[in-house]
Amino acid sequence: MADIQVLVKELVNKYGTKREALIPILQGVVASERYLSSEAMIEIAKELDISAAEVYGTATFYSFLETVPRGKYVIRICRTIVCEMNGKKDVLKILEEILKIKVGETTMDKKFSLLETNCIGWCHQGPAMLINDEVYSQLTSDKVREIIQDYIRNK
Amino acid sequence: MAEKTLKKVDIIFAEYLVSPYKILEETIKRPKNEIIQEILDSGLRGRGGAGFPTGLKWKFGASAKAEPKYIVCNADEGEPGTFKDREILTKVPRKVFLGMGICAFVTGATKGILYLRAEYNYLIPSLNNELQIFHEKAKLLGLDFNITIFSGSGAYVCGEETALIESMEGKRGEPRNKPPFPVQSGYLGKPTIVNNVETFVSASMVCRIGAVEYKKLGTEDQSGSKLFSISGDTHKAGVYELELGMKVSEFVEEFGDGDTKAVQIGGVAGVCVPRKNFEATIIGQGSSSGGSTMVFNSTRSMYNVLHNYLEFFQEESCGQCTPCRVGCQQLLKGIEAIKAGTKPAEYLNQLMKLTETMKLTAKCGLGQSVGNSFNSIVTNFREEMIY
Repeated sequence: MADIQVLVKELVNKYGTKREALIPILQGVVASERYLSSEAMIEIAKELDISAAEVYGTATFYSFLETVPRGKYVIRICRTIVCEMNGKKDVLKILEEILKIKVGETTMDKKFSLLETNCIGWCHQGPAMLINDEVYSQLTSDKVREIIQDYIRNK
Repeated sequence: MAEKTLKKVDIIFAEYLVSPYKILEETIKRPKNEIIQEILDSGLRGRGGAGFPTGLKWKFGASAKAEPKYIVCNADEGEPGTFKDREILTKVPRKVFLGMGICAFVTGATKGILYLRAEYNYLIPSLNNELQIFHEKAKLLGLDFNITIFSGSGAYVCGEETALIESMEGKRGEPRNKPPFPVQSGYLGKPTIVNNVETFVSASMVCRIGAVEYKKLGTEDQSGSKLFSISGDTHKAGVYELELGMKVSEFVEEFGDGDTKAVQIGGVAGVCVPRKNFEATIIGQGSSSGGSTMVFNSTRSMYNVLHNYLEFFQEESCGQCTPCRVGCQQLLKGIEAIKAGTKPAEYLNQLMKLTETMKLTAKCGLGQSVGNSFNSIVTNFREEMIY
């Protein structure tokens, strides 16, 4: 059995084959593979006995269910109004400079992806970003440099 | 000049003077009808934004016949400028589970789900620890009620209760037609009571202090206290518990930076109040707001503000109904065209008509409320849209 089949099987054993298990299963695949490949979605569809189009339709609805390969660390910088007012553009510029990628891209070594996201609930300490599940707020150019350097060196 | 100043309250985040489990124990000794009546008498309205009377929702939930019943705590806090639910779940999660427990008792629900937005995933380990304690206590009290956490996956529209239910059922988060309402037919077709995080905390406060005491806070129209998430051009950004019924002018006096030009109330789905209306506007009057208050000073371009809002709406519209899907795109394109000079200024009037159509025809609150911020900004800052 291919790796993805093993993974999907494991997740199905954990969450079941009912439709309400779909999102936890999709989340489980993203957590392990960093994205949902066509193979993964087809496999899930088979296990849940629904069409692959249903799986794809659900997956593409949600911004945290990636359907293109992403890096080990997904950086999501908040682009909503208060973060925007508090200097999000400068922070984004620094991120693009350090990582040498644009928004939507992944670094060559597959370590980082850079994305924009809508309000993450840290408006009082904007600009803010998420790196996977971790929150970083009150960002400045220097602070962003430090955070990313730390990820490059230590993670 | 009225003497009234902003009244800060400290109930929601107050230390646990009485253990929440003690309150749960005391409360579930009372007759169920009496508890529902207490919540009804308190005048408590949902704190998520829509403002439906909480007591009424619980009453419908209690009288629903099918089993099992579900209690859902909506922690899909996505309204821009809102972060109070995150603070509650970080600081006083026990009060949330207390409220859910009381709701389960009065409605006869046996299953609880905390729908947590993906952006708050880092809270899951600490919440699971709290839930373990809750389940032990509930068992001791003979309350058959189990809460699990469902993690969202990033979609603003899932804050709408029927979209949230669709999402829990493993589908695209597209709002359902109402009726039937979730209290009749919700998650998996079963009666489902969906309340905001803060609503559960406030309901538990009503049970602790009683409706009479609770009603002493706020005004006749809006009782109690409410958490406000304050951000933007202010030196005091953060979460504050304030009595309801305050004027925008009082708010600006306290939280503005001395140069406040406009205040956005209720997030991007709410209205933008310009300086000339500060004195005449009471925050949340006529409707409830989720407590998002964003302050803009005179250095801000209201065109840029509106542009940012519309980009948000365009992206977050679920795409199910045409008025919202196409409307949000056209509004954004429209203001860009006016700014670029490829459409005349009068085109703004047509765009405002479009928001009226959206209000009448969009399926859910997302599309219906785009016009709130659009019209209030375009009407009050028209020249900024054009030049």
